Amino acid sequence: MQADYDVIIIGGGPTGLAAAVYTGRSLLKTLVLEKQLGPGGQVALTAAIDNYPGFADGISGGDFADAFLKHARRFGAEVRFEAGATGIEREDDGAFAVGLSDGSKVTAKAVILAMGRHPRKLEVEGYDRLFGYGGVSVCATCDGAFYRNVPVAVVGGGNSAVEEGQFLTRYASDIYSIHRRDHFTAQKILIEEYLHQPKVKPVWNSVVEEIYGDKEVEGVRVRNLQSDKAEELAVKAVFVFIGWIPNSEMVKEMVDLDEQGRVIVNELMETKVPGLFAAGDLCVRPIYQLANVVADGVQAAVSVEKYLESRK
Amino acid sequence: MSQFVAEVTDANWESEVLGSDRPVLVDFWAAWCGPCRMLAPTVESIAEKFQGQAKVVKINVDENIESPAKYGIRGIPTLILFNRGQEVDRHVGVPSNALAAISQMIERQLA
Repeated sequence: MQADYDVIIIGGGPTGLAAAVYTGRSLLKTLVLEKQLGPGGQVALTAAIDNYPGFADGISGGDFADAFLKHARRFGAEVRFEAGATGIEREDDGAFAVGLSDGSKVTAKAVILAMGRHPRKLEVEGYDRLFGYGGVSVCATCDGAFYRNVPVAVVGGGNSAVEEGQFLTRYASDIYSIHRRDHFTAQKILIEEYLHQPKVKPVWNSVVEEIYGDKEVEGVRVRNLQSDKAEELAVKAVFVFIGWIPNSEMVKEMVDLDEQGRVIVNELMETKVPGLFAAGDLCVRPIYQLANVVADGVQAAVSVEKYLESRK
Repeated sequence: MSQFVAEVTDANWESEVLGSDRPVLVDFWAAWCGPCRMLAPTVESIAEKFQGQAKVVKINVDENIESPAKYGIRGIPTLILFNRGQEVDRHVGVPSNALAAISQMIERQLA
């Protein structure tokens, strides 16, 4: 089997870069493809990571991502940025050809899929029109500072919603935290800190029906699912954290996906295709925490090493 | 860290940005903004590449409120290109093919 690399890792987030540390240390010729301009994926957007064991004082998402990049490069991995994979094919001899966004192709004896996931959209009137710089956002650390002393809405009740809502307390005057249940599902310590903030006003059992505003957000209409009553909240921005969609589109014909589009892997991070592994947020996992998606990357790397060994 | 990109503030905005006789690229950023951090090395390369032809500066939106508000900045990173005190181009977010895209913005003004 002839190929440019022993292994190509698609995705330069914590999972992919952790895998690259291990494949690099196993002296496998490694290429990491990252579509963004820098490392880290979703974690690069995080203001502070407080739950990665060993970092007692917390660490910013950017510092965390840079440390992973440095570590992967130290053991010889080649990491390319602005290099998104557009397609993947398994050739007759078992090698893989990966198409890149610039039209070129690279080949490898094994591939680790670590493309992660992206935030789910809110399917309501106004979302698309006002997304980005009209005041609808999925990134509080990118856009939060422009809503100083004005009311904003946060939609969702998981870890992301509560963490990002907490970040917004630095700036906004009031945070209407809209959730379809009667309690948040985030980690308890996060919920406690968040609800303790006087600026935070939970809006339980409610969903957003429409986001108003022509060029900028002027408000939202929310409906209480129990009373069926609608009310309008005059907010200047809406931050949406209602779940994730796996970036599995490119491989949906090749591997097994669950009903949510997540890649199904076994405990060795193998997909049903020999030589094709998947790890991290892209996959069906019991939890989605940094520590375990990093471990996934490590497992995938060791599985690649054993796979290549077996084919010698 | 920034060898070629000077930090400007609300206080010297007038003289450093609007008063410049060369085109000025301004990078609106903040320390906790991940995409800003990703873009920073490219902005640094741009500054080095256009040394003597165009000026490249950055302004921290956490520490400076006035200038970002005046130009209606609603998200970062935002790059605005000024020429003789006027806004002539703007890009919000990280551009794709960042180095080429930003170079072209500046080259259009130098042409």
